[in-house]
Amino acid sequence: MNPILTISHLNKTFESGFQALKDINLSIERGEIFALLGQNGAGKTTLISIICGIVNATSGTVSVAGKDIAHHYRDARSLIGLVPQELYTDSFESVWNTVSFSRGLFGKPPNPALIEKILKELSLWDKRDNKIITLSGGMKRRLMIAKALSHEPQLLFLDEPTAGVDVSLRKDMWQLVKALQTAGTTIILTTHYIEEAEEMADRIGIIRNGELILVDEKLALMKKLGKKELTLQLAGPLDAIPAELNIPELSLSANRLELKYTFESSGEGMGAADVLHKLSTHGIVFKDLQTRQSTLEDIFVDLVNAGGKETSAALAPTATTGEDHHAA
Amino acid sequence: MLLNLYGIRAIYEFEMARTRRTLMQSIVAPVISTALYFIVFGSAIGSRISQMEGITYGAFIVPGLIMLSLLTQSISNASFGIYFPKFTGTIYEILSAPLSPLEITLSYVGAAASKSIILGLIILATSAFFVPLRIDHPAWMLLYLLLTSVTFSMMGFIIGIWADGFEKLQAIPLLIVTPLTFLGGSFYSISVLPPFWQKVALLNPVVYLISGFRWSFYSIEDVSLWLSLGMTVSFLMVSVLAVIWIFKTGYRLKK
Repeated sequence: MNPILTISHLNKTFESGFQALKDINLSIERGEIFALLGQNGAGKTTLISIICGIVNATSGTVSVAGKDIAHHYRDARSLIGLVPQELYTDSFESVWNTVSFSRGLFGKPPNPALIEKILKELSLWDKRDNKIITLSGGMKRRLMIAKALSHEPQLLFLDEPTAGVDVSLRKDMWQLVKALQTAGTTIILTTHYIEEAEEMADRIGIIRNGELILVDEKLALMKKLGKKELTLQLAGPLDAIPAELNIPELSLSANRLELKYTFESSGEGMGAADVLHKLSTHGIVFKDLQTRQSTLEDIFVDLVNAGGKETSAALAPTATTGEDHHAA
Repeated sequence: MLLNLYGIRAIYEFEMARTRRTLMQSIVAPVISTALYFIVFGSAIGSRISQMEGITYGAFIVPGLIMLSLLTQSISNASFGIYFPKFTGTIYEILSAPLSPLEITLSYVGAAASKSIILGLIILATSAFFVPLRIDHPAWMLLYLLLTSVTFSMMGFIIGIWADGFEKLQAIPLLIVTPLTFLGGSFYSISVLPPFWQKVALLNPVVYLISGFRWSFYSIEDVSLWLSLGMTVSFLMVSVLAVIWIFKTGYRLKK
């Protein structure tokens, strides 16, 4: 099946001379959730704006479902829904009218039943006659999504969809996004909450200074670039690490009561089980252990800060176990 | 999709709904100010002025007053219509919709011109309460009403795109259009001016609009009907070309 979105050699240089995008190449498959990560000013919104027709590209091509956005903009744009980062609304319009307006803009005949369904799914039905100015920030955010969904897009852009949204609403949004994916909508989201990308995305793209420095399956990325750390609280002080285990990845704390072992998530090198086994053969007893795994955020920060080199990520706790244990 | 009719309708209805929400500002205020002109210039001072070109002064100024409202309101409606989405950021939705430049222009200019025509007809009806009115060429009157509304709505649309602040939005209507309308024969025939100033007045494009419009009422003209019509259509064409250029380059709309 053809990709829903194909970007080739896309460049954008603003009048000021600032190059916002540098030779972007990307292909998005139908039905996937793609998370575009990048720091402020990295080029995420510029990229989305070009695809949606809000900003002109300097060079390169973009096609949506095989339709070039410059030459077949009607066909291309009618397939796209956009939820912008900012809450741009007509304050004095009613919820119902503004969502119906969006559907009309995209050339679709009125469909009150669909608008009703969307508003109910987004918990806005009770507010349908309210003026937008009376809505809370979270409701406005949901309204933006309702407007974007009103013309039944195949490709939905969510630019920072949960910025300023409380935790419970954020989880509701994640569920909504998953439901949209199940219904066949392809979703491209940008977010500052990397937890969000980790939770939802099938693939991740990282953009830095206008360059797409990495695109990979989320799980493959975390496996490839992620690290794990095993910490053992020893039952008693250890004089020294046995010679057989004297490797850089294994270290003894200054108080000689803690051993730390850092290893690749990908399973390359000596695994945790091997280390535990070898410690056991040397009679080293521990009373507790913790494992920590790098998150997508760690990987992201590492990539952005390390100039794009594939380096090990910092670590965050993921699991702990208690009570005395002997290395098996 | 040859023409995004639903899209055009959506913008048109949105703009017309905005007029209904701001009825005081859009319709009532211009009608009241025009009524005041009739009271002051038509009844109070006008009663002491002898006839102008064989027409009572109160009736003579009707076409000029309608034109004054038509010009200022067309520009104001259209410029505000496109500037406000730019100001609030909701323009993103218009730009990302499958709408051609022609459709966007038709929607905004169509709505602004419709409002102006309605306003012009209301002022015309209002004037009938104050002065004896006759319209010799009603079809021409409607044609001028339409052409002028569309042309100046188009100009307003361009101003709305050009403006990057509320001050600029007001500058051209207040500093250029209103003076040109007052000096363009709204309240007098340019034939009453000294010969030199008559020639200078011909540089004022509004003279042609008012002359043609007044002819449709009373069959009197400052310049020939065809010259007046030709100039009006020329203004429209210049505005159309400017709009085409704006959308082609994305001027002030797209980065």
